[in-house]
Amino acid sequence: MSTPTIPLIAPLRERLVWSLAVLALFLIVATAVGLAVGRQRLDVSGLISDPFTRTLFFRLRLPRVLMGLLIGASLALSGAALQALFRNPLADPYTLGVSGGGALGASVAIAMGWSARVLGIPFVFLASFAGAMLAVFLVRTIARTGAVVLPGALLLSGVVVNLVSAAAVLTIQYLLDPSGALRILRWMIGSLDVVGLEPVGRMFFLLAPAWLALLAFSRQLHLLAIDEDTAGTLGVNVARCETAVHVLCSLMVGVTVAAGGAIGFVGLIVPHAVRLLFGEDLRIVLPGSLLMGAAFLVLADALARTILPSGELPVGAITGLLGGPAFLWLLRRRQQYTVM
Amino acid sequence: MKPFFEARHLAYTYPGGSPAVRDISLAVTEASMTAVIGANGSGKSTLIRMLAGLSQPASGEILLDDIPLREWQPRLRAREIAYMPQVTTTAFPFRVLDVVLSGRTPHVPRFRLESPGDREKAFQALESTGAAHLADRCVTALSGGERQMVILARAIAQEPRLLLLDEPSNSLDLKHRAGLMRTLAKLREQRGLSVIMITHDLQLTGSLFDGIVALRCGEVAAQGRPDEVLRSELLAEIYGEPNVRAQRIGNQTLVWIDT
Repeated sequence: MSTPTIPLIAPLRERLVWSLAVLALFLIVATAVGLAVGRQRLDVSGLISDPFTRTLFFRLRLPRVLMGLLIGASLALSGAALQALFRNPLADPYTLGVSGGGALGASVAIAMGWSARVLGIPFVFLASFAGAMLAVFLVRTIARTGAVVLPGALLLSGVVVNLVSAAAVLTIQYLLDPSGALRILRWMIGSLDVVGLEPVGRMFFLLAPAWLALLAFSRQLHLLAIDEDTAGTLGVNVARCETAVHVLCSLMVGVTVAAGGAIGFVGLIVPHAVRLLFGEDLRIVLPGSLLMGAAFLVLADALARTILPSGELPVGAITGLLGGPAFLWLLRRRQQYTVM
Repeated sequence: MKPFFEARHLAYTYPGGSPAVRDISLAVTEASMTAVIGANGSGKSTLIRMLAGLSQPASGEILLDDIPLREWQPRLRAREIAYMPQVTTTAFPFRVLDVVLSGRTPHVPRFRLESPGDREKAFQALESTGAAHLADRCVTALSGGERQMVILARAIAQEPRLLLLDEPSNSLDLKHRAGLMRTLAKLREQRGLSVIMITHDLQLTGSLFDGIVALRCGEVAAQGRPDEVLRSELLAEIYGEPNVRAQRIGNQTLVWIDT
């Protein structure tokens, strides 16, 4: 019997090792760039000898880069998971209104002056998480007719949830005093300023378990991305998988929005870049997006900090300017093979 | 032979609708082929989705090896029953071989990747449906018929005992229809595969199938060997079309509309 000639696609194991190695390297380079670049030039000798440089590095530069890593990784991972879950290449925390819902939750918490913590978790995180959950629930309920989620309706309801959230945030801002308003303005566009390492550490302990839990669903999401019905007959508990992805994505987006605001399109650009480079298998796309998302946001922030001759741009402006055209390009490409 | 798969008095009602399935029972033995026929809206797809475990019957029960289907672990059930939907639309340009390979999932432990052996089985499944030449194409670039052969290959790669097919011959030309029936006959012979197939293609059902279940308004209107069910007056009743004619010629049944 002749053995079949299996074609040119390399086995997944090879593709996985190769892609994650490349992306890890990219992440290291991006982190180095993020740490080196800034208004104040820092050098290694200064770090050792000069206390001012050391303070600048450990209180401002390092926390900001770490925050970029955490937020970028979370947003890109959520985007990749939501795209697979909804079988919609245009889904992302921003386009589905999850970020908007999170921002609204955080605004309400700030406006009410809730600075309390529950079990060490700032209340703003919880409010933002709740807002994000509510947005996912709303968007999905509106878009689902019978057994199917209509892809066009999904995105439109996401847009509407985002608009309503933005309007509500503006209303809250209007009613508040100017200092509160300035803080809320931050959620709308997204930026990464942070002082000290404690907030970053707190975020890490919330986000890292969510990353691992979501990555554990890689195979189920891979099957769901191919087809929902057959996923069900291949042993995937579809309902449980959906609930888990909703909760985990809302948690990640809620926490990142509470900390950095609604940074747009990271979850859209990054997973597609990973797909273009390393193929469609979700078992590569999910961990790949985690690594590339971290690198991407750190680089975007490095650009935001240096692009203006004086002062800096919020990083959300950079990702938005990059993401809008990427969205339109994907929309056009998508029309080739699926109908809205 | 004792049936290994049985459905008893199944009923199903869509939310806010009239009952789609009222009372359907059927039994499947090893290496048998059953066709489900009936007019549009007679409950065929609703029935097969329940048999696949994708929706729960409102009443009645489905037994696989005498154990209720809903008590089976999804992964173990997936090793026994495979399902091929009427249409599969994929939003992402997955490679054909990767799609077929996903059929191996029930046989791969949860946090493992598919082995070279799984790849080989996937490729052989693709060869058996005559679609091996498509292996590294994107599923989104295939024609409807090609995609059907890929999805069928995926169900075959799953190595089930029972294969549920929802109108697989719909978008196939004559050559691929013949190929499909040959593939199913071969699998029945080699592996003892059983098939339940929904079809409007009555011509296909005449010779290869052991039994036909004819549905009408969510109920079994007739059940039996092809030569028992494929009769003019019965078909006229099932489809509500008085001009249907059926005639047995040797081992085949010819069905046509008398205009």
